[in-house]
Amino acid sequence: MATPLVVSEVVKSFTMHLRDGIKLPVVSDVSFSVASGECVVLGGPSGIGKSSLLKMTYGNYAVDSGQILIKHHDKIVDLATADPRTIIDVRRHTLGYVSQFLRTVPRVAAIDVVAEPLVARGEKAETAREKAANLLSKLNLPEALWQLPPATFSGGEQQRVNIARGFITEHTVLLLDEPTASLDARNRAVVVGMIEEKKKAGVALLGIFHDEEVREAVADRIIDVQKFSPRKAIAA
Amino acid sequence: MSDTPLLKVNDVSKFYGNRIGCRKVSFELWPGEVLAIVGESGSGKTTLLNCISTRLMPTAGSVEYHMRDGAYRDLYRMNEAERRFLMRTDWGFVHQNPADGLRMTVSAGANVGERLMAIGDRHYGNIRSTAIDWLQRVEIDEGRIDDQPRAFSGGMRQRLQIARNLVTGPRLVFMDEPTGGLDVSVQARLLDLVRGLVNDLGLAAIIVTHDLAVARLLSHRMMVMKDGHVIEHGLTDRVLDDPREPYTQLLVSSILQV
Repeated sequence: MATPLVVSEVVKSFTMHLRDGIKLPVVSDVSFSVASGECVVLGGPSGIGKSSLLKMTYGNYAVDSGQILIKHHDKIVDLATADPRTIIDVRRHTLGYVSQFLRTVPRVAAIDVVAEPLVARGEKAETAREKAANLLSKLNLPEALWQLPPATFSGGEQQRVNIARGFITEHTVLLLDEPTASLDARNRAVVVGMIEEKKKAGVALLGIFHDEEVREAVADRIIDVQKFSPRKAIAA
Repeated sequence: MSDTPLLKVNDVSKFYGNRIGCRKVSFELWPGEVLAIVGESGSGKTTLLNCISTRLMPTAGSVEYHMRDGAYRDLYRMNEAERRFLMRTDWGFVHQNPADGLRMTVSAGANVGERLMAIGDRHYGNIRSTAIDWLQRVEIDEGRIDDQPRAFSGGMRQRLQIARNLVTGPRLVFMDEPTGGLDVSVQARLLDLVRGLVNDLGLAAIIVTHDLAVARLLSHRMMVMKDGHVIEHGLTDRVLDDPREPYTQLLVSSILQV
């Protein structure tokens, strides 16, 4: 089986210059990989560095050392050292991310927010909108909302827009940061089904799920992030 | 991904006597890429923008531009006529104050048409219809085409300035605090418009702003300046979400939440 994502010996700390340069270690010596068609879940208590790890994998946080290798087209790219242009290209074609919260742009309709990643990949606006509409109805978002900007939507509605946006492309690696946190049981089940479909399509998924039921349903493997946390070493 | 940068900036420095305007700035800009230059007032952002756009001669350094014929030319070695031609056709410059970029006493249509005439358009009917098309794209009612920008609101003037700059299909646009003096609702409309146009036209842009939210919305890449130096440079969301330098951390932590 192909392994499109390999994280190797990653170390991350935050230096708080406004607090006298205090250094907060986050994780150290993180190594794992995610295979195609597999859903790997990052586990452990809050504040242990799960989200930070996901953000590093997306190139959103810098890493102090180590490698984050992703198969992009036919090449291997190290996201820890890649230049911004390369990271943008990787995000456009290979690496998707569903964040916890939707960052809304004023005046852009929900359906266009969802369609945008496809348009950025060169898809025709109409085809992209059709796919967006399919996903939104699958996620039970009332059609009356599609043409409205999502800024005024409820938490659960925004999250569904966010999920649709993340799932619309055929990215080969997908990162999920608590995609079901503010959804009801019915929509959670829809998302679980969508994750299953992605797995069948050979997508490598890496996610955080606090909801035990969802985690049980989708996880092939759980990585305990606590073992990478320097704080554990201090406590022990 | 295109393989050749549109602009190569090498060690550009500008001194005002003993004082530093900007110092040893180098970067490359690629087609379709939006770069934000952020920093507080007096950090050298506008000096740098003016140097790159040849509105100001730097003390040292060079800027190479990828011409439409495929050759790289050093902007500071071009003669004045060549530079002016470039600025009128292949580039745009959007000023913070629209009055600096518009002719306030000729009609809106003529403001847009003037740039078309600079690239050789002579057919009045075509020029007028193109002008109407562009006024619509920036959401100005076509009935206002014969009004002077003096009669426009601040937000309309700024949108007209954008239309005037984009009508010639430039490949590179410089913007100096494009949303500076506008109230927030007008600002949101303008930002959405600029974002859409940049995406649709595949423009490269360099945007100077002190507003980090504007930078986040519009730019791919970000440079943080302080005292004339570039202190941090990277992917926009990386710089804003995981700032490394003390000054960048201060800047990001100073944003007011609404």
